[in-house]
Amino acid sequence: MHKLWASATKEFLLLTRDFGGLAILFLMPLLLVITITTIQDGTFKTLKESKIPILLVDKDKGSVSEQIRENMAAAQQFEIVPQENERKAQQLVQNGDYQLAIVIPENLSSALNRKVLENVEGILSKFNGNDAEAIQTSANSKKEVKLYFDPATQLSFRNSIKSGINQMVSKIETESIYKAFQEELTDDPTEEIFDTQPFITFSEIAPGDVPDKSAIPNSTQHNIPAWTLFAIFFIILPLSINMVNEKNLGTFVRLRTNPVSYGTVLGGKTIVFLTVALIQFALMLLVGVFLFPILGLPELSVAGKLPMLFFVAFFAGLAAVGLGLLLGTVAKSQEQSAPFGATFVVILAALGGVWVPVFAMPKFMQALSNVSPMNWGLSAFYDVFLRNVGILELLPEIALLFLFFLITTGIAIFYNERQIAV
Amino acid sequence: MIQINQLSKKYKNAERFSVHNLDLVINEGEVFGILGPNGAGKTTLISMLSSLLKPTSGSFTIDGLSYQGQMSRLKQMIGIVPQEYALYPTLTAFENLKYFGSMYGLSGTVLTQKINEHLDILGLKPFSHKKIKTFSGGMKRRINLIAGILHQPKVLFLDEPTVGVDVQSKNAIMSFLKELNKNGTTILYTSHHLNEAEEFCSRIAIIDLGTIICKGKPEELIRKEPEAKNLEEVFLAKTGKALRDYA
Repeated sequence: MHKLWASATKEFLLLTRDFGGLAILFLMPLLLVITITTIQDGTFKTLKESKIPILLVDKDKGSVSEQIRENMAAAQQFEIVPQENERKAQQLVQNGDYQLAIVIPENLSSALNRKVLENVEGILSKFNGNDAEAIQTSANSKKEVKLYFDPATQLSFRNSIKSGINQMVSKIETESIYKAFQEELTDDPTEEIFDTQPFITFSEIAPGDVPDKSAIPNSTQHNIPAWTLFAIFFIILPLSINMVNEKNLGTFVRLRTNPVSYGTVLGGKTIVFLTVALIQFALMLLVGVFLFPILGLPELSVAGKLPMLFFVAFFAGLAAVGLGLLLGTVAKSQEQSAPFGATFVVILAALGGVWVPVFAMPKFMQALSNVSPMNWGLSAFYDVFLRNVGILELLPEIALLFLFFLITTGIAIFYNERQIAV
Repeated sequence: MIQINQLSKKYKNAERFSVHNLDLVINEGEVFGILGPNGAGKTTLISMLSSLLKPTSGSFTIDGLSYQGQMSRLKQMIGIVPQEYALYPTLTAFENLKYFGSMYGLSGTVLTQKINEHLDILGLKPFSHKKIKTFSGGMKRRINLIAGILHQPKVLFLDEPTVGVDVQSKNAIMSFLKELNKNGTTILYTSHHLNEAEEFCSRIAIIDLGTIICKGKPEELIRKEPEAKNLEEVFLAKTGKALRDYA
């Protein structure tokens, strides 16, 4: 125990003597989480509050194009910029001057009205028992609204726009049908035959048992766990570099001749770097709770969750330290440990679902994500932050994280023993 | 004190043995010098004796303890002063020594007293709370030595203990080592400074290509070699003048 304590004290001194390194260790993760949350929140606000300029090439100049224009204006997401020339609009989008151009084809209004009228007349004549006047299909070919997207726009933005336009066109078609029936059935345009308001509506409800406890998660509730975990795992870099430095200094060789087990040496490093990970976590929480509201970002809600959060952070930190110990044991130079460590953490984060949710990944990657400790950690954090689970529900993820620490540290000790027999 | 029997080491993928069927007995209280050109197997031999490397074959005991199964006790009994400084540059001299002393189970006032005592003997007491990175080569060499002997080892392995130091530091180190030996510590020493070895060692073995070419007291080796006036001439006569470059 005395040797373990001495090892931990030495690691603490080494860490605190490198003030620049220490500052980076604590400040960079904070900068990361503030930057990411600000960007994500800003993007959300941009879509919600500021208007995206889009080109509208109106070749129809009829009631339908007018409705499209009005609906888009009502959505308050877009600033409509009229453009007469489709070719020119296409060029402007291609150049990246606009994210989107909508081209409404010629005679869209008249063709839609004609088609709807034909269908309505056909139905009504069926009701009147006049089989001879069967539904006549219009000779008009289908009309196509063209969308030109800037190649740089993201798929999610395109899908969102396409979904919105599709919804708008369906609404216009439905309204045209109601209007045609109205005109056929009554001469009084003010008479209300149909209730045209949507019958089915939806609202988002939190699925938790206790409504108060299951608030709809905001971007902070998602970002803090994900990027905190990312930062915790980045500890493998300073830890592995610390170990490679010991090899370069010759102190590692001296320690191997001392009557101290490699496990004790690693134990000292584990105590200090795990403490660093927990301090990082505490700072992240403080930023989420106190700094985010000042910056205009959603506040992190940790009420009643702190013990569970630190419980998860402890085991996530252990898993990260285990990986760092293994990398530091195997790596022979900083040129090996630093690029490998950094890239590996990014890969683990990607597999863990930090950027793209696991369910949205291809099947093969979903299977791979099951062996990412960051996935276990993230699931555990989400369980605490968003699902309000108890300690028993967390045990599978915690057990995996702890097992990962034991296995990586065990391999490190075994590898070190093997080096003696080279 | 040290009994080496048919000790061999062949590194993985190496073409030849670095140490080959080496037999040697080093008596308690001796200062035994292992001399040889580059690549002769000196460092490999010391690495095996200090438990950094496992022998390919053969065995050795130190004060009756084998490296097989008695590693921890064996490590407690030996001290190593490596050729590298093997110190933490951002820690002070005192912090470095406290840490390495702790690894041998020393603690509290006993450890502090030993550190201060040795720092005083080697003229470093005024610098005990200065960081190692501010030290000169000679000062680091002296701290390196103290780190290997704080626990009062029965056997001390010295790998080039005076390389790269000024005359004053060298003198202080050699005087200290002689005193240590006088107090009962057996010393196994390697160096390329043959004059230093001639003066310091009670017995010497010259090894080349992993085997002992000759061994004995320095004056005996000089006497046995015709036309040799000193150990350096014995060395060249035994190992040749061809350059020993390995990559």
